Amino acid sequence: MEILGHLTDGIFIALEPLNIVLMLAGVALGLFIGAMPGLGSVNGVAILLPATFLVPPTSAMIFLAAIYYGAMYGGAISSITLGIPGASTAVATTFDGRPMALKGRADLALVTAAVASFVGGTVANVMFTAFAPPLAHIALDFGDPEIFALMLLAFATFIGLGGDDIPKTLFSIFIGLVFATVGLDIMTGEPRLVFGDITGFMHGINFLVLAIGVYGIGEMLWTIDSTRGELTMTNAVLTFKGIIKAVRETAKSWKGITIGSFLGFFVGILPAAGATPGSLMAYGITKMVDKNPKSFGKGNINGVAAPEAANNSASTGAMLPMLTLGIPGSPTTAILLGGMVIWGLQPGPLLFTDQTEFVWGLIGSFYISNFFALAVNIAFIPLFVWMLRMPFTVLAPMIFVLSVVGGYAATQDMHDIWLMLIFGLGAYMLRKLDYPVAPAVLAIVLGPIAEPKLRQSLLFSSGDPMIFLERPISGPITVIAIILILLPLFKLIRDKLKRKPAAAS
Amino acid sequence: MRRAEIITAGLMALLSIYLMFKSTELEIGYVRGEGPGGGFWPFWLSAGMLLSTIWIAINWVLRKSPPSQSTEKFLDSYGLRMLLLVGGGVTGLIAVSHILGFYGAILLFLIYYIRFLGRHSWPVTLSIAILTPVVTFLFFDIAMRIVLPKGYLEPLFLPLYDFFF
Repeated sequence: MEILGHLTDGIFIALEPLNIVLMLAGVALGLFIGAMPGLGSVNGVAILLPATFLVPPTSAMIFLAAIYYGAMYGGAISSITLGIPGASTAVATTFDGRPMALKGRADLALVTAAVASFVGGTVANVMFTAFAPPLAHIALDFGDPEIFALMLLAFATFIGLGGDDIPKTLFSIFIGLVFATVGLDIMTGEPRLVFGDITGFMHGINFLVLAIGVYGIGEMLWTIDSTRGELTMTNAVLTFKGIIKAVRETAKSWKGITIGSFLGFFVGILPAAGATPGSLMAYGITKMVDKNPKSFGKGNINGVAAPEAANNSASTGAMLPMLTLGIPGSPTTAILLGGMVIWGLQPGPLLFTDQTEFVWGLIGSFYISNFFALAVNIAFIPLFVWMLRMPFTVLAPMIFVLSVVGGYAATQDMHDIWLMLIFGLGAYMLRKLDYPVAPAVLAIVLGPIAEPKLRQSLLFSSGDPMIFLERPISGPITVIAIILILLPLFKLIRDKLKRKPAAAS
Repeated sequence: MRRAEIITAGLMALLSIYLMFKSTELEIGYVRGEGPGGGFWPFWLSAGMLLSTIWIAINWVLRKSPPSQSTEKFLDSYGLRMLLLVGGGVTGLIAVSHILGFYGAILLFLIYYIRFLGRHSWPVTLSIAILTPVVTFLFFDIAMRIVLPKGYLEPLFLPLYDFFF
């Protein structure tokens, strides 16, 4: 019952006037960011993080979490009315959302998406509240080898489950980790990797410089290139009566909502997975267990409900390892984690004992933001649909300006702005060649935490790497990480074996 | 796309070698009593980068990855034009910031982008181009007290500071 006491305190913190204003602004901005093709929660959080230095950390985090949440709701709006996912997390929503809109049921699809998001978010919030404190309690006993093993596991999930080209995923992880080592060596204070003796590298490469470069500048270039600058939308007819009627009809989609809510949460916890695969998996499973799987892809309401419940649930799930273990569960939470470091908070289980106000205020805000997001979403659906008409040639330059100004505000050094541009152009080029960029962003955030843990562990064991396998908790984690890293190899061998008998016959 | 794939892998391999070399400026081995040296972690990570690029190159030879099979151009004429106009615009935005400060540069950049790339009307262009720096100034310089560079336009802002502070 101690948890309920903390939760009540947290909700009161979330209900402070400043936080209410920030939550409302956050979900509204998030809805817009999520709805805009080319912008997702990760772009919004990366670009707007520097703007939160104005308010205390708890409020800043509540604001950014509200954006994250709102973006999960918002993605559905363009998936349904444009047929283009507003964010990668809403890809699965287009499968049935778009056919529904073409049948003239855009209102039902939009409302179902909102209600499913709400239920998914609420289920995830309850699970989060139940699981987080015990997990943090266990994690309090973790030493350096355990934390390093967890980080290894986080990167291993990208290799084993990420689904991208493996050497390119590895490359992305390594380059992110190397960039994190630039500047002064944390343990000895010696300058390290100061390229060309440029003094700007002495203070290291701030993770925001890479994140904004990749998700602000690089992503915009990629979107302009891949959409060929043409984004057109078809209209959705929405009336107040239709919305009310649709709310009643959403009851039909309970199956998709239930599957999405639970599956999404657990997929969201995995570092490489996050909301995008969570929603795709929920869609797949809902289709599989349905009596009439053929109706999917033609406008089945469950096909909208499942991915939307899942992406909201997964976004909360992704916060669980971030807050309790200090390992982000998604690219967006990686940026939030980096933000926590800037605000002077030490991410990890100690937050639950040392920063109860921060942790529980944030958890309390999950519940309140979820209500706000539902209300703002349903009330302003027509407004968001109208805003989608904003031409990309107006939105894109504003994003560039925000990226440059935000990047400067973060470090106040022009050197970093140039670096950000180079990262942006580089990320655009690499992305065209199928290099995943998320692992690099995760790596630059985790790098400064992982390295001292590794070095401390090896110092402790006099250089023997077996320390990671011999300890009772880090051992199993390391083994799982190694299995995940080798997983693609197993698949390759299995495929080879399968092909041989086939060739023989 | 196929040529771009191997050129990129080659460039990244060179970068990895440079990073490995640069890491050796610090101790990359084990220092008794201190644990692994400062160069240890970046050196082996760069080595990992190099191995990844070699793996990418092997996949290229075997034509295993999608870009190594693609016959599409890496940058077609639209992509190249976009990169020059938009990427060049952003580069210009940062370069001009050194001379005219952020606010002057933002104004020019927005006029360039919205009017000349976006072909929007002058009233739309000017209202956004003027409003954005004003809001940015109020938010960053005034509310957050983060002073953005002003370049040669610095004197124009002095009366504003007198007014607000």
